[in-house]
Amino acid sequence: MMPFIIKNLPILIVITPLMFSLIVAVLNNNRLAWTLSTFASFLTMIFTILLCFEVSYKSNISYYLGNWPPPLGIEYVIDRISIIPIMIVSVIGLIATLFAHNFFTLEIDEKLVSKTYSLWLLTIAGLIGLITTADAFNLFVFLEISSLSAVALVALGSKVDRKALVAGYNYLILGAVGATFYVIGVGLLYGVTGTLNMGDLAQKIPALGLNKSVIVAFTFMMLGIMVKAAVFPLHIWLPNAYAYAPSPVSVLLAATATKVSIYIIVRISYTIFGSSYEIYSFESLRYILLYLAILAMFAGTIMAIFEKDVKKLLAHSSVAQIGYIVLGISLATSPGIASSFIHLINHALIKAGLFMSIVAMGYYTLKRIDVKTIAGLGRQLPITFFSFVICALSLAGLPLTVGFISKLYLIKAAYMSEGIWLPFLILVSSALSLIYIWKLIEGLWYNEKSLKIEKIKELPEIYLPLLVITFLNVYFGIDAGLIIDNSFIASDALMSGIK
Amino acid sequence: MTNEFYIYLSILTPLIAFFTTPLLSSNPNLRDSLGPIGGIITFYSSLNIASLYLDGEVLSLTFFQISETLSISFKITGLGVIFGLVASGLWILASIYTIGYMRGNKEKNQTRFFTFYSIAIFAAICIAYSGNLLTLFIFYEVLTFSTYPLVAHKQNEEAKKAGRLYMGILVGTSIVFLLPAIIIVWVLTGSLDFSTNGVLKGNISNEYVPFLLALFAFGIGKAALMPFHKWLPAAMVAPTPVSALLHAVAVVKAGVFSMLVVITYVFGIDFLTETNGAVWLIWISSITLLLSSCIAITKNDLKARLAYSTISQLSYIVLGGAIATNIAVQGASIHIVMHAVGKITLFFAAGAIYVATHLSKISDLNGIGKSMPLTFVAFFIGSLSIIGVPPMGGSWSKFYLMLGSVEKDYLLVIYILAISTLLNVYYLLEIPAKAFFQPKRTNIQVTKHPLIVYPTFFAAMLTIVLFIYIEPLKDITNLISGNQ
Repeated sequence: MMPFIIKNLPILIVITPLMFSLIVAVLNNNRLAWTLSTFASFLTMIFTILLCFEVSYKSNISYYLGNWPPPLGIEYVIDRISIIPIMIVSVIGLIATLFAHNFFTLEIDEKLVSKTYSLWLLTIAGLIGLITTADAFNLFVFLEISSLSAVALVALGSKVDRKALVAGYNYLILGAVGATFYVIGVGLLYGVTGTLNMGDLAQKIPALGLNKSVIVAFTFMMLGIMVKAAVFPLHIWLPNAYAYAPSPVSVLLAATATKVSIYIIVRISYTIFGSSYEIYSFESLRYILLYLAILAMFAGTIMAIFEKDVKKLLAHSSVAQIGYIVLGISLATSPGIASSFIHLINHALIKAGLFMSIVAMGYYTLKRIDVKTIAGLGRQLPITFFSFVICALSLAGLPLTVGFISKLYLIKAAYMSEGIWLPFLILVSSALSLIYIWKLIEGLWYNEKSLKIEKIKELPEIYLPLLVITFLNVYFGIDAGLIIDNSFIASDALMSGIK
Repeated sequence: MTNEFYIYLSILTPLIAFFTTPLLSSNPNLRDSLGPIGGIITFYSSLNIASLYLDGEVLSLTFFQISETLSISFKITGLGVIFGLVASGLWILASIYTIGYMRGNKEKNQTRFFTFYSIAIFAAICIAYSGNLLTLFIFYEVLTFSTYPLVAHKQNEEAKKAGRLYMGILVGTSIVFLLPAIIIVWVLTGSLDFSTNGVLKGNISNEYVPFLLALFAFGIGKAALMPFHKWLPAAMVAPTPVSALLHAVAVVKAGVFSMLVVITYVFGIDFLTETNGAVWLIWISSITLLLSSCIAITKNDLKARLAYSTISQLSYIVLGGAIATNIAVQGASIHIVMHAVGKITLFFAAGAIYVATHLSKISDLNGIGKSMPLTFVAFFIGSLSIIGVPPMGGSWSKFYLMLGSVEKDYLLVIYILAISTLLNVYYLLEIPAKAFFQPKRTNIQVTKHPLIVYPTFFAAMLTIVLFIYIEPLKDITNLISGNQ
């Protein structure tokens, strides 16, 4: 049994949530649906951990689906690079599933809850599939699976607020545009190379020289994925989608969905086109990404400062944080990409914690949390408040939290390749982010209450997952070696493909 | 038992106090006794660390190895010994005083107050014994955040505004200036460790030295160099024990301590002298010193006046570092001790006056000296020490600072020090003079609390003791820049 599992791990992490999503869809018992979903995400995480051990001494696992070798068959590749986003999705997926039950019961029609879990697992399966596949077209399939199910999940927020329908619709249209762009690019590449396997593509592209189809394909693919990754200014679907989705969906999407898309950006630009790095002069694209990232940092932060609705505020802050991650990629150096990976992981932890504590406050008070209703809640919900403060300070980059480690390495990488002006811009924007963080902490801390609520009892099934995330925020801020080392291994592996 | 045990003991004691204080909230007497007990243990281990340092033993301790060049680690340096002794020793006094103040003034949320008080001390001790710039920065920020609930203790609109200014300046400067400065050092030298003669020599071209030093000098907002000094007067909305221990000792001294550490252990005194990289800092600190003395004269609020006086005195220390000779740095580090003891006396007295009479304006203090003689005598002695009159401790540090400026031929600096001393005389001695010699205006009820008055008087006596018993301090500060 065990060797069989070990051998098939790359597909098991995708197929487990996929299969369970089918089972869960036909169930009538909501509690059972939740239990099965938790079991499925737990299994996925176990498989991921096993896979981690496998990868750590094999360094590269190639898996042929149905034993069909590429370029005909579909290949799955797990290496030191892809294991990082897989880990993010499966860990956050499990914690978010544990956390989800109370919220789905409250926010969604009773009849739809089990279907919601089905979509939920489908999203997780799609996201993991996106990461593992080494086939450019198969990637498109997973892109559609994950975004269609995510769109449906966002739209399910309509019982609480009808605006969720519009948010879901925008997400659908822009997501479809992005996916279409991507598949156009893949089609063009297939036309000139005759292959869809990423490794194969990487080998064949340099021989084509300055072929126009390749350039256009590259542009289309990158633009398509940049919409998905919400890289400024292609982010407009994101704030509303995060703000009006059912609470656990906000947590899952904010922590994982954009991260996976950013990982695909890295794969496209460094793995598929990496071998032709010199020919296509990544230099000019790099600067486009760099300036977009800087704009994102400032635009996201400033939008967040003026935003009143807290979930939307966090979504705007995500846009800025995606800016930091893209900035690291755009430096095109090994420390730069490593700092991106570090922040990819850390930001998932930070945003999961923040969204969880804010939606928990919303759950206890039965109100939408904005800068007014938040006033004085800190004293009523001490555990949630504590977690929120730790994660918020982590977002601001306070030492002893993961946010600080990210900032340290990002600034070092920026200083090493661009000089002092870039670190200065990063730091100014992060100092600005203190304004909105402080606005929230101050609101929670001071006494004037705006909501007249009875004494609230905090529920362990909500605060335990939250405390786990908070603990991780602090633990990896102190003992950061694991994240840093693996990020550097991943970035070195990527950069070696270029030389 | 190894000698590193004392580092653990001095760091962990305030941390344990932090964790146990909330648990003892139902038993106020037991809870409040944690402060003095913790203070005594920490001071005891700091004394041991000091004597080990004098014996030439280099204690160090790595807590967490984050990556090859990054670690959270502690190492005992001469400056650290001084700051550790000051912070832990005055914690004993301040914690006794705090009990009297909080109870006498019937403040709310006392458990929260004591909890954050201990974590602030923990951060200060960690700063004192930090072995590299990363550790220093981490606990520098911990200190800022842990003192916020103390500054905003009253939780009203005024406290909210002050808290914003406090966080805005301290966190803002540390993120925008200090963090890049540290990262530049990291990139240039490949390590963040402190070394007795500095690490930058040969790693940076001379014309960038003033620029990098400026990032440090303005990034360390806690040193309150103008124009980043406004947070200190704003922090005075806090209860007086906070102003006394934190904003006259732990927080501001952490700032100037970090400045001196950067100047001696990162840049190196000789390197700064060679490159003339710190000359501009002499003038900036001189300007801060004079201007804040002038502003202090205009303040009628007692605590605001003391705050501006603190800003001025901090600049003495920065000035000593900027002159960058052995004697000047020695004077600066002795001034850390002397000003701490003198200023805590003044704040203790200010708090004693407030608890007893609920007066905070200087113009209202006419004639109440006779009702509170011990407090005002203490205030008088403390003022003399700050002014620098023998036989108070403050005279030593001014003497060394002047020697340092003579050595480097900065005659103008000597004049500035002299003018500032005259201003000190005016704005500090006015207060006891009014209290003793002006006629009493109204009948004011005076209610004393013994736990407030005795620490105040004891602190005043300490300034005299330190004048006589200066030898050990001289020995430690002699070792700071590596010469025997």
